[in-house]
Amino acid sequence: MKKSIIGALAVSTMLTPVAAMAETEVQFWHAFTGRLGELVKAQVEEFNASQDDYVVVESHKGNYSETLNAGIAAFRAGEQPHILMVFEVGTATMMAAKGAVRPVYEVMEQSGATFDPDAYIGAVKGYYTSTDGDMLSLPFNSSTPVLWVNRDAMEAAGVDPDTDLSTWQNVGAAMDALKAGGEECSLVTAWQSWIHLENLSAYHDVPFASQDNGFAGLDTELMLNGEAQVAHLTAMGEWAKDGKFIYTGRRNEGGANFRAGDCALFTESSAGYAGIKAEAQFDFDVRPLPYWEGVGNAPQNTIIGGASLWVMEGHEDAEYKGVGEFLSFLSSSDVQAKWHQDTGYLPITIEAGEATRAAGFYDENPGTDVAVIQMTANEPTANSKGLRLGSFDQIRTIIDEELEGIWAGDKTAQEAMDSAKERGDALLRRFEAANR
Amino acid sequence: MEKRVTFRGWWLPVLLIAPQVLVSAVFFFYPAGQAIYQSLFIPDPFGLSSQFVGLGNFEYLFGDRFYRAAFGTTAVFSILVTLCSMIPALFLAVIADRLIKGSGVYRTMLIWPYAVAPAIAGVLWLFMFNTRVGVVSWYLGNLGYDWNHVLNGNEAMGLVVVASAWGRISYNFLFFFAALQAVPRSVIEAAAIDGARFWRRFWTIVLPLLSPTTFFLLVVNIVYSFFETFGVIHTITSGGPQQSTTILVYKVFADGFVGQDLGSSSAQSVILLFVVGLLTIIQFKFIEKRVHY
Repeated sequence: MKKSIIGALAVSTMLTPVAAMAETEVQFWHAFTGRLGELVKAQVEEFNASQDDYVVVESHKGNYSETLNAGIAAFRAGEQPHILMVFEVGTATMMAAKGAVRPVYEVMEQSGATFDPDAYIGAVKGYYTSTDGDMLSLPFNSSTPVLWVNRDAMEAAGVDPDTDLSTWQNVGAAMDALKAGGEECSLVTAWQSWIHLENLSAYHDVPFASQDNGFAGLDTELMLNGEAQVAHLTAMGEWAKDGKFIYTGRRNEGGANFRAGDCALFTESSAGYAGIKAEAQFDFDVRPLPYWEGVGNAPQNTIIGGASLWVMEGHEDAEYKGVGEFLSFLSSSDVQAKWHQDTGYLPITIEAGEATRAAGFYDENPGTDVAVIQMTANEPTANSKGLRLGSFDQIRTIIDEELEGIWAGDKTAQEAMDSAKERGDALLRRFEAANR
Repeated sequence: MEKRVTFRGWWLPVLLIAPQVLVSAVFFFYPAGQAIYQSLFIPDPFGLSSQFVGLGNFEYLFGDRFYRAAFGTTAVFSILVTLCSMIPALFLAVIADRLIKGSGVYRTMLIWPYAVAPAIAGVLWLFMFNTRVGVVSWYLGNLGYDWNHVLNGNEAMGLVVVASAWGRISYNFLFFFAALQAVPRSVIEAAAIDGARFWRRFWTIVLPLLSPTTFFLLVVNIVYSFFETFGVIHTITSGGPQQSTTILVYKVFADGFVGQDLGSSSAQSVILLFVVGLLTIIQFKFIEKRVHY
């Protein structure tokens, strides 16, 4: 008896590596936990089950910043994964790392997997495409900010929930009415820099930074202290002072307030859909992000947030073939349509969006197409293609700090943004020096 | 008459100190040397290229008024954390020392918070003071005080100080308690017979006898507040609002791991190394003179 167990163990340990060698392993590091983590796992399992040549191994490496750090540290130690998920603000860092990353268009060319760059939605892929039009990383999860409305709260304060909230002028008037009706938290936001500066600039077609928002070169300077931005932040500062706009924190802390029904209006990513739908005990609406009537070319288009997949250098050719197959699988219409419907993230291909519409999903879930329409309404301009700035994660922290100065009433919007520009430019110069 | 132990030969003493030397070399001298070396460069995050800039990183740092401001923030933070963790610890130790029954239970309970990791302690305090659902902020609201550490820098500083000091009270308590137990009973009894009341005995006898322990804890707590409070700040405020809780070590993290600026981060580590070295020398030179062993 004992002998047979030992024998079986010996056989099985001998067999396992043989079995694994037949399939080429592809490491995929991502930043998703919870429901999103499960969905990623399901995608990977589906891919692995669909063919016998490659095995994708997914591992969670912490939040966005931690995943990027893990990837960088692994590269320095020569143990980098094949595919690394990097959030959109890390794009410039990855792009500048020539020799550490292999552009996606190259991977696809070499692997011979199906790849049609024109199938991807312009406003989504633009963020991750070089000025020559080559796709550098594969967009994975992308969202864009929208306005969430608590209809019950509007009604309770005596404001018509169907009132037009497409412009900030109208939102301002609605907030006056909400306050008069006894609403204690008219507006709350998540990701303040992303929504109220980065997207605000793109939406009004004004530059956030010089050199086409950093797309055209590393010698870029912030232009977030422009007239349009300062006017918006001045209005927001007034609303904060009047107790209409409630500041809850730098990340998406405000989501808890909105989902609990404490606030009437909420500017947040379209990907907030799953959470709001699951928790909100009230009637809610999704509206396009408001714009200032008469400022710039508003409404232009909003830009994305989220992450893309970067392919790291330093692996075997056979493995890159597997990477190509996997990325091609992820871009396929069925996978994308399911991902879009499950998560509220935007579809990355035009076809996936059309498939979703054809399946009647938007009719059953009104408002889920608001983000798609808002993103694709206009052809992106140099100001609304996206942002490509070095040290951008840290520049966002600087912006957060300066915005807190406005909300607390310590600084005027102009002072705060002038200071943000000065401090951010210093970081951009260092990034330029490091990547000369 | 000095008593001296001498070794014959040289290999035994070398062997005996070798483990310590090795550990220091691997975990202290090597990383410190690397930090000093890297502080002279601006490297790219992936280690593909780097530019030699000499003392450029230091120039950049000291030219940045926000970096200079972090020194002030760190000083305020360290002093507050040290005071808030030592004074209550001493008070609790004195009281626990006078207990006759059940002192074991009290001691155990008082030591518990030390087992909580700083980041978790940070989250616990954050929950209590959460502006929306926090128990404490709710009570304060009922009392008419509008708690908002998300925008109010002083409140944020208070919160990170309390969260950092809380677990530390236990550590300090242990040392104070042990030291109190070592105070000779006969001296205290003699003073009591002479008519000295409790507080008089405490100020004139107990506290001076505790001074070696107090001095040790002072050094250890300052080093703690400089380096190990990172987790608390990261979980509660991330250095904000504005820059009101950005201490030096948090800036090392932010520049190195958020900004991927390893040159600046290394230079800051080197500066921090010198600051703490200097502080420790000052403490040993001036304060130790007043310590009675």
